[in-house]
Amino acid sequence: MAFAGRRDVPEPPDFGILKRLARDQLIYLLEQLPGKKDLFIEADLMSPLDRIANVSILKQHEVDKLYKVESRPAISASDQFCFLVRPRIKTMRYIADIVNADKMSGRSRKYKIIFSPQKFYACEMVLEEEGVFGDVTCDEWSFYLLPLDEDIISMELPEFFRDYFLEGDHRWINSIARALQLLNSLYGPFGKAYGIGRCAKMSYELWRDLEEESEADGQGRKPEIGNVFFMDRDTDYVTALCSQVVYEGLVDDTFRIKCGSVDFGPDVTSSDKSIKVLLNAQDKVFSQIRNEHFSSVFGFLSQKSRNLQAQYDRRRGMDIKQMKNFVSQELKGLKQEHRLLSLHIGACESIMKKKTKQDFQEMIKAEHSLLEGFDIRESTSFIEEHIDRQVSPIESLRLMCLLSITENGLIPKDYRSLKTQYLQSYGPEHLLTFHNLKRVGLLTEQSAGETLTAVESKVSKLVTDRAAGKITDAFNSLARKSNFRAISKKLGLIPRVDGEYDLKMPRDMAYVFSGAYIPLSCKIIEQVLERRGWLGLEEVVRLLNGNEFSVSGSTSAPG
Amino acid sequence: MGNEVLQNHVLEAKVFHTEYGTGVAILTGAHRFSLTTNIDDLKLRRMPEVPGLQKPPSCWAVLSQDRVTIILLAVGQDLYLLDNTSCSVVTPPGMSPSAGAYLQMAVSFNYRCLALFTDTGYIWMGLATLKEKLCEFNSSIRSPPKQMVWCMRPQSRQRAVVVAWDRQLMVVGNSTECIQFVLDEDSYLVPELDGVRILSRTSHEFLHEIPEASQEIFKIASMAPGALLLEAQKEYEKESQKADEYLREIKDQKLLPEAVSQCIEAAGYEHEPDTQKSLLRAASFGKCFIDKFPAESFVHMCQDLRVLNAIRDYQIGIPLTFTQYKRLTIEVLLDRLVLRRLYPLAIRICEYLRLSEIQGVSRILAHWACYKVQQKDKSDEEVAHAINQKLGDTPGISYSEIAARAYDCGRTELAIKLLEYEPRSGEQVPLLLKMKRSKLALSKAIESGDTDLVYTVVLLLKNELNRGTFFMTLQNQPVALSLYRQFCKHQERETLKDLYNQDDNHQELGNFHVHSSYSEKRIEGRVGALQNALDEYYKAKNEFAAKATEDQIKLLRLQRHLQEDFDKPYLDLSLHDTVSNLILDGHHKRAEQLYREFKIPDKRYWWLKISALANRGDWEEMEKFSKSKKSPIGYLPFVEISVKHHNRYEAKKYAPRVTPEQRVKAFVLVGDLDQAADAAIEHKNETEMNFVLSKCTASTDAAVAEKLNRARAQLLKK
Repeated sequence: MAFAGRRDVPEPPDFGILKRLARDQLIYLLEQLPGKKDLFIEADLMSPLDRIANVSILKQHEVDKLYKVESRPAISASDQFCFLVRPRIKTMRYIADIVNADKMSGRSRKYKIIFSPQKFYACEMVLEEEGVFGDVTCDEWSFYLLPLDEDIISMELPEFFRDYFLEGDHRWINSIARALQLLNSLYGPFGKAYGIGRCAKMSYELWRDLEEESEADGQGRKPEIGNVFFMDRDTDYVTALCSQVVYEGLVDDTFRIKCGSVDFGPDVTSSDKSIKVLLNAQDKVFSQIRNEHFSSVFGFLSQKSRNLQAQYDRRRGMDIKQMKNFVSQELKGLKQEHRLLSLHIGACESIMKKKTKQDFQEMIKAEHSLLEGFDIRESTSFIEEHIDRQVSPIESLRLMCLLSITENGLIPKDYRSLKTQYLQSYGPEHLLTFHNLKRVGLLTEQSAGETLTAVESKVSKLVTDRAAGKITDAFNSLARKSNFRAISKKLGLIPRVDGEYDLKMPRDMAYVFSGAYIPLSCKIIEQVLERRGWLGLEEVVRLLNGNEFSVSGSTSAPG
Repeated sequence: MGNEVLQNHVLEAKVFHTEYGTGVAILTGAHRFSLTTNIDDLKLRRMPEVPGLQKPPSCWAVLSQDRVTIILLAVGQDLYLLDNTSCSVVTPPGMSPSAGAYLQMAVSFNYRCLALFTDTGYIWMGLATLKEKLCEFNSSIRSPPKQMVWCMRPQSRQRAVVVAWDRQLMVVGNSTECIQFVLDEDSYLVPELDGVRILSRTSHEFLHEIPEASQEIFKIASMAPGALLLEAQKEYEKESQKADEYLREIKDQKLLPEAVSQCIEAAGYEHEPDTQKSLLRAASFGKCFIDKFPAESFVHMCQDLRVLNAIRDYQIGIPLTFTQYKRLTIEVLLDRLVLRRLYPLAIRICEYLRLSEIQGVSRILAHWACYKVQQKDKSDEEVAHAINQKLGDTPGISYSEIAARAYDCGRTELAIKLLEYEPRSGEQVPLLLKMKRSKLALSKAIESGDTDLVYTVVLLLKNELNRGTFFMTLQNQPVALSLYRQFCKHQERETLKDLYNQDDNHQELGNFHVHSSYSEKRIEGRVGALQNALDEYYKAKNEFAAKATEDQIKLLRLQRHLQEDFDKPYLDLSLHDTVSNLILDGHHKRAEQLYREFKIPDKRYWWLKISALANRGDWEEMEKFSKSKKSPIGYLPFVEISVKHHNRYEAKKYAPRVTPEQRVKAFVLVGDLDQAADAAIEHKNETEMNFVLSKCTASTDAAVAEKLNRARAQLLKK
């Protein structure tokens, strides 16, 4: 989000420290295993690692060969193996297999496992069960936070959603708490903390516990972070389910942004090789268009290229001295800009090609009617046709989920028929997919949800103590009502526009969805920050299943 | 302590101190020495035999040099050194040849000096290394002394030996003179860091070298600055002008700071509060005439004396000297008070010295609580309440430690009560496990939010309980259950099945079997797994899933036949792809059969068939199909799919059959703008007209554009 030019927004803190810390710790850990060693890296740690320490840094610290952790064990002659992995049971088995194979063939090597961001007891347990616990040494690389941009930091934990929301596995909450502790220690105490959602609350409370235990003296430091906002993903599924129409979103949809960088293929670079591009505020072209509605991006880019041409053209009629100046000072910048500009134009063309092929407009139309709650039948048939024609398995699921969330579940007839159609199109294994989606509440049946809430209200009438809270929580996780329609009405998430929505000069946040919908999570944050708390939002909170909190000074317990 | 000790008895034992801790050396009935350097880590070392030793040595001592412990013993006129490996005879340097047999020996408190007493009354004093003589003295008393000990002060060059007979005490040093005292009663000497304690039945005295500061001040007619200052202060109190004279005298020599320091230091060595006070008062008085005299030394001395006076009180009875107190440190003193259960005094000292809560008050309270739980005469409630009342939530207090102590005393119930006060749930878990309260431990582990702790407890429970009870316990703890399930999913899939079975969770069991079917290589195995899933889904009353699984079994069997019949891979394709592939390969009959058997909806079938046919380029079949009956998806898809395959000729065939609403779009698609325009005009629809207009190019479609513009104008007029 471009802060530049807005005086009311302070400079974001220097998140680069996080990177430097992580790098120093990694080097320290590598040096703990002196001498040449082969490094095995978990596939999904590769991109984050790349942002922290590149290959030459690794080589400096005597990393000889790099391998990817995968099912096929690598053949290597090195005496020392170092594994940089996530704390996953599967990976432990992979390591145990390597160690055991070496034992069988009588090879002796040193093995070191570095867990990122932390070690879990279950991993050690597996190592023990596989009989290799004594052969390996374990360490933790406390790499909790990766700054993706000047103003975005991410934990890069891809399995969090599945583990917590689907499996009910709470182990990552500890990691969140530790990450918060890190932020707190580096950037001073948070001014104010707000949050909504069960996981948000648990994370906050665990973090407070950690702070109290550590007795670290953060007092008296100038707080660099004013407000923190904790929000559970399941508070707002809708925003994640809508098609993105701003430039950055479409780049993500089309090319997949990984750890803040993207691989532009040959069709974009108009050469025969791919180029990896870092997408952040440093990219002068990208930073200006990333949050623009796609419809205005092309215009902007062509204007930009005209300007660029004009600047190049100034060369003509320059004398030697001016030319020297131009070459030494401006040319490099211009060339850089030129390169970026042509890349982004290429990307735009690619996006256009893909999005028109898929009947993108019709899909957007269907999404908008779902959001507004009009022509549900028509949208349902659209989805059905979408499935029947095998347009895209993931898009079909997305639309089905959007339908379910906005309508508080599908009516039983549709629920059955859409699922049947889907299974016929994409194979019966998705029976499990549907089961999972139902469990997280993304794709549910209408009547089921209602009976559950009925039971729930009965239960809470019977019992009033904490137990009731736990029981209702259990029901919530089984099938929670999304209440989207009511929330959207309460907060005015669907803008009422007479005539055309002005995408170039938008009046509200809805421009990110072509004026059809204001992202719920953003609206909540706006409202809470404006009110400095949840006062006056009681109804919304109730519809969102509660668990809200707001704490100032970050020292007292949540109220 | 070994067999030898048991068999031969211990004749004598001596306690000594080394870098390793407190040691003890013993002399057994067999005249052999054994020693250990650390009684907390008891390893008894047997020393070599002393040749020709038939009776106990007349005297012996333990020396500690360069971290080596050796024994010095005297037999008649001979001295033997006994180390780990050997025994050697030594002669102290400068020893008078006519000294006679050794009767007594003494090692100084710091193990650096040694004194020897012989039967001629001769005393040799030297270094314990036996390399240097310091001095000698002839006491002319031939009877063996009862005790001989060193009396010296750290950092002082004056060393003296105190020798005690029944009623006589003699202090000898580097001088031809000696000091003699008469002992009224049987007394015992205790050598200490800075002097000798003399204990008898009725008295307790301390003999020590007078420190320099005290000497300077209290020497008769001393003109030392400290002495003058004390005098000045006394005169000042008498309101005499002599005060000024004394003060002037000190100031003239510019020795006032020294005078103040002297008084402060001397106060420390005094035992009588009155003398302490007068010295401190003098110091305070002198301080007033100095610019910027740092106050710390004065303040600290006042504090230290206050503490010392408190513990010297006869009810407490710890008569430490200032030097000893400083060497001991306040922490050790507090520990001693705590060991004597003098909790209130310890706490008051902490508060008075403003020690931090964690190393001060909290620590003492915790000790108190650990003592409290041992009071068996009080009920669990009373004790728990009393402890909580006093401790509250003082920082640094660990209730779990106190509870552990209670448990060690056999008071499990009290331990559980105390644990309730522990704010950190994680801290409660280990003790609860130890007490075999596993279920409570589990809920506390969950409360702590530490999933590793939960795993630990779950695993212990797994081994401790039988499988049924274990599962039941987990069912009541969803967080633990999910964690365990996650573990099983990756590590023990069979356990996962048992878990679901226990709970009669047929839905999950069904899912489990579906999941397993994917890892089955053979088709029979897969069908078998799916059949299991089917049964479970029926039990779960999930008809949808049951039906889907049934279809899947049917499809699998069919695909196998297809694979055999056509020698092409059909397995693992979805129904849609199976039918689609059949059409692509021209097996229309088989496709039709599947369409009916699986009740594929008409719309899907039509979509599927025309796109497959178009892919195959079988336009003839497509036309035939379009005429087979009325299309459930309309005819626009026919147009679209033909255009997509760049076959405008075929597309044009279907355009007229498209419903009127979509006809404009269809004609535009096939590129027939004229007809599209006609259709739009016929509909009198402005949007459609504009749409067609936007497709017109000025050079080729001028006529059409003209027609449209006219129609639009007419429409607008109305």
